[in-house]
Amino acid sequence: MTANGWFQIGLYALVLFLITKPIGVFLTRVFEREKTFLDFALRPVERLIYRLCGVDEGKEMRWTEYGTTMLVFSGVSLVLLYLIERVQHWLPWNPQKLANVTPDLAWNTAVSFTTNTNWQAYTPETTMSYLTQMAGLAYHNFASAAVGIALAIAVIRGVSRHESKTIGNFWVDLTRCFLWVLLPVCLIGSMVLISQGVVQTLKPYATAQLIEPQTVQTQGADGKTVTQTVTQQVIAVGPVASQEAIKMFGTNGGGFFYANSSHPYENPTPFSNFFQMLLIFAVPSGLTYTLGRMTRSQGHGWAVWSAMLALFLVGVSAAYWAEARGNPQLAGVDQHVSAMHSGGNMEGKEVRFGIANSALFATITTDASCGAVNSMHDSYTPLGGMIPLVNIMLGEIIFGGVGSGLYGVLVFVILAVFIAGLMVGRTPEYLGKKIEAFDVKMAMLSVLISSLTILVFAAIAVVAKFGTSSISNPGPHGLSQILYAYTSSVGNNGSAFGGLNANTLWYNASTAIAMLLGRFFVVIPILAIAGNLARKKMAPASLGTFPVTGPLFTILLISTILIVGALTFFPALSLGPILEHLLMNAGKAF
Amino acid sequence: MDRPAQVKSKSLADAKIMKVAIVDSFRKLNPRTMVKNPVMFVVEVGAVLTSIQLVRDAMHHSGEFVFGLQITLWLWFTVLFANFAEAMAEGRGKAQAETLRKARAETDARRVRADGTTEVVPSSKLRTGDQVLVAAGEFVPGDGEVVEGVASVDESAITGESAPVIRESGGDRSAVTGGTRVLSDEIRVKITSNPGETFLDRMIALVEGASRQKTPNEIALNILLAGLTIIFLMAVVTLQPFALYSGAPQTIFVLVSLLVCLIPTTIGGLLSAIGIAGMDRLIQRNVIAMSGRAVEASGDVDVLLLDKTGTITLGNRQATSLHSCPNVTEVDLASAAQLASFADETPEGRSIVVLAKEKYGLRGRELAPHNPIFIPFSAQTRMSGVDMDGTEIRKGAPEAIDKYVAEKGQVVPPEIKDIVREIANAGGTPLLVTQNRHVLGAIALTDIVKGGMRERFEHLRAMGIRTMMITGDNPLTAAAIARQAGVDDFLAEAKPEDKMALIKREQAKGKLVAMTGDGTNDAPALAQADVGVAMNTGTQAAKEAGNMVDLDSNPTKLIEIVEIGKQLLITRGALTTFSVANDVAKYFAIIPAMFAAAFPQLEVLNVMHLRTPESAILSAVIFNALIIIALIPLALRGVRYRPVGAAALLRQNLLIYGLGGVVAPFLGIKLIDMAITYLHLAKGTL
Repeated sequence: MTANGWFQIGLYALVLFLITKPIGVFLTRVFEREKTFLDFALRPVERLIYRLCGVDEGKEMRWTEYGTTMLVFSGVSLVLLYLIERVQHWLPWNPQKLANVTPDLAWNTAVSFTTNTNWQAYTPETTMSYLTQMAGLAYHNFASAAVGIALAIAVIRGVSRHESKTIGNFWVDLTRCFLWVLLPVCLIGSMVLISQGVVQTLKPYATAQLIEPQTVQTQGADGKTVTQTVTQQVIAVGPVASQEAIKMFGTNGGGFFYANSSHPYENPTPFSNFFQMLLIFAVPSGLTYTLGRMTRSQGHGWAVWSAMLALFLVGVSAAYWAEARGNPQLAGVDQHVSAMHSGGNMEGKEVRFGIANSALFATITTDASCGAVNSMHDSYTPLGGMIPLVNIMLGEIIFGGVGSGLYGVLVFVILAVFIAGLMVGRTPEYLGKKIEAFDVKMAMLSVLISSLTILVFAAIAVVAKFGTSSISNPGPHGLSQILYAYTSSVGNNGSAFGGLNANTLWYNASTAIAMLLGRFFVVIPILAIAGNLARKKMAPASLGTFPVTGPLFTILLISTILIVGALTFFPALSLGPILEHLLMNAGKAF
Repeated sequence: MDRPAQVKSKSLADAKIMKVAIVDSFRKLNPRTMVKNPVMFVVEVGAVLTSIQLVRDAMHHSGEFVFGLQITLWLWFTVLFANFAEAMAEGRGKAQAETLRKARAETDARRVRADGTTEVVPSSKLRTGDQVLVAAGEFVPGDGEVVEGVASVDESAITGESAPVIRESGGDRSAVTGGTRVLSDEIRVKITSNPGETFLDRMIALVEGASRQKTPNEIALNILLAGLTIIFLMAVVTLQPFALYSGAPQTIFVLVSLLVCLIPTTIGGLLSAIGIAGMDRLIQRNVIAMSGRAVEASGDVDVLLLDKTGTITLGNRQATSLHSCPNVTEVDLASAAQLASFADETPEGRSIVVLAKEKYGLRGRELAPHNPIFIPFSAQTRMSGVDMDGTEIRKGAPEAIDKYVAEKGQVVPPEIKDIVREIANAGGTPLLVTQNRHVLGAIALTDIVKGGMRERFEHLRAMGIRTMMITGDNPLTAAAIARQAGVDDFLAEAKPEDKMALIKREQAKGKLVAMTGDGTNDAPALAQADVGVAMNTGTQAAKEAGNMVDLDSNPTKLIEIVEIGKQLLITRGALTTFSVANDVAKYFAIIPAMFAAAFPQLEVLNVMHLRTPESAILSAVIFNALIIIALIPLALRGVRYRPVGAAALLRQNLLIYGLGGVVAPFLGIKLIDMAITYLHLAKGTL
């Protein structure tokens, strides 16, 4: 660990803090339909869209209607993406003449992008055409992010309103999110990335003449080893920058290339790396400020933000420590930092990012449900690799996905308020509203669905042949790979322990179910809570009401997240990464 | 007759209650009873599973029989301890119900026939609307209202208060309760309830817990606990496949042990005991809550409506000072005031006599020779007084006196008018005294605020509760008393409908309102309030409308009721937090023990350095069972409540029950492990 490493982590936290308020204020103005500086250009477009689609922007929806509309919208876009993938061979913008995608993979990918997961069981540059990438995948990067943000806003409305039957209009929230938030930021973001060297083209893949011809051995169709001399290299390019900005800003994470943000065409410079990391946390962090602003309790917004920041800093410190420490089995190899090399465990990491920025990126991408990677989590040390896994297991609420992080953390806020709220001698209240049986039931349901899906699917996969056959490393690391796959699916993260071969019928089918459950079955109960809270009366705060601001509440929220999250997964983790770590120290590797 | 309040003196460990409770804890093992408590039901199912496994092991002489036996026994103990806690809480209520039942004994009643004659019928034959005569020495045969006569009644059977109370027809003191005894005179009572539905019947059912329903917060908490149980159940069930994959499958004993240690058995086992004990604490203070819901609501109260008279101030106004006209001595004024008040039997009148006696040494005089004609107070004249030997002495309200002296062309001197204004401004009530239509001076009647009220209101304020004084006084007087007593707000010149409107207004703001009342005209407001405490001396209508009855008829008790409600909620929250926080240590005891054989490296997680895997698991299970027993006194007594702000309370309780809940089991499990090692109860500890 180096001072420079810590400085970069500290700088990131500082800049994040500085952008939180401006973003939060802007989001509030956009969704409360107050005046913004973009209105002159966007209001006419917005009105036109409503006129064309027949949307009455003044009409508000109950939570049930909001939820149903969201499900129908997502369902239709899911089917459309599936169809595009299945017929891409016959569609334009396919210079590489890539084949139609197989049904199970197409289904898995359609679900993956609709749920903001961007789990990629395939190699994009050899599977998806330009059209599929742009009209299918990139569109979903926008749509799924907009849906997430709209849902979070609806949930915040539920918390802040009282004696109200409605929580907003899904179409209006979605449209405003597209026009005011996603499009402008991604337009500028793409330009910034292009300035750093990220490619943007619709031309076919480039070919480079190798200076030194290479001989490679491959297996021929008859099983015999064939020796080939390669003189040319095909370099995959494409409309990358436009996809890159929304990949980060929408916490999608699906890379244009298989190597994702470790690929120099996706993430060429330290600045592009910093910029991408900032894009990931921008909206999730800003939404905590929006929460405070819309509920007229800014202290509460900051308390939630502080809890997220604390968990983030703990995670990044642990990952940095574990990776910088290196591998004890490589005794005799110099793993210390020096002017010549970065030291520590560099396996699966880009030299231009080093340990600190790899650990930071890995923590951010798994705290948020982004899933983009600039290093291979599978190659981390056992404890270093456990951090991303635990981050997702906690429910993607350490800042979390766009929107989903905020509505996800509200479940823990409600549980924290409910468990500890009694200790002030009143039935629990959250910002003046009583937390009653229905709210607790829905909050528990939401937590139950995600943890049960992870545990049950992983348990089936580790004892069944169709599950274990995909594992690349036996022993505890194999368990970690399977756990990571389902955790990432349910958490709608999309990153992976790459060693697992996930493009099989079982994994395509089961992770798709896990992604659907993790997105929609988790959010519907939360939407129900929002609808129920909106209906309630709001009692003004007094000295006797439970404080949801200040350090005490932050500690309480952190404890609740850790106890509910960590206790659920501790047995599984102890047989996976923890055991692997202890065995590694004892001299056994997998 | 026994005072039911004697239950108060019974210690937590009353031998008789305990004996019954032990029997009950076995009776409650019935799965149909257990299933109502999902957490403990899971433990029972676990215990059944290990018992079956134990029998199979014994038949095949396989497995670790001694270890399995100990685990199984402790699992059963866990269930029994939880049942015992509930049975103990119920037992205390039952003991009280026993006492009450004695009062319900069958008595004979003298029913009045239509023609006015009476017939003797057993009290169980009485129906609503019947009229009975009850004379001195007889028991009141059922709940009813006095329609004729006045009597002193011994209500100790209900209230525990041995001093007799007056019950008379009309007004707000007309209600009589079945089972109480008339001590003097004869009254005619109209029965207002059928047998089996009387106040006494309901009280017995309530204290026995027969009609106990889960309160809203209890239901919500149960959902949380059930949810946590499902999560941990799945964590344990899926652990077996992970263990199989890792090549270290577990026995049913170990898996059930882990499950039982993780699910929130501490709060699950004590939850219903906490609820029953909360009701019980109210009963010990002679308050009967008609539902647990009301007890819970009392913890949530935001606004307390308190009647001025009797609650904030001592019953009635008292004369505190005399102010004479310039040409009249104070003694003359005092003498006239005393003469005018001799016939005035109201507390105010008596206080004037006392003031004259104590301050001016004027004792009772022989008035008979002067042929006094006492003029009682009447609503028309609004004066009272005495005529004797041609002297006309009157006292009355300033406006009335103003009119009275004006009839003879006199006027109230301006100095006195000033004094009248001053008295009113200070919150007092002025009375004027005249002799032969000449004003002699003024008497100031003032409210005496009860001692210690100011502090209590400050406590309430610290709890975040606003106090509001309700009074029929004019705003000026009300403001002065409100200031003196330290209440937050007041409602002056309040009519019953104003009270109702006020409650609705506060409720519309999302606040919970509590009030006390005794009169029939209080009934609608009592019903509207979230917590309505009716005085036992009040009318039947008031008692029906409220959701609590204070047998001592002490309006100040509302404050204690709020505290009990809060204490109940805090106890629940504290034990829930404690229970969940306990899990951390149990993981560190059990997980390394489970896999110690296959992966000795996991021994690093055995931070408590427990002796052997078997003793580690056994220690965790034993701790889990014993902590229920250890916390029964806390559950029954309740966590101490201090009236400080929510933030301070939360900090303190989080420290004790949250942090304490994390640390305590580390110590406890270690100690039990040492004991097991010492006693050689586990393999490898020999």
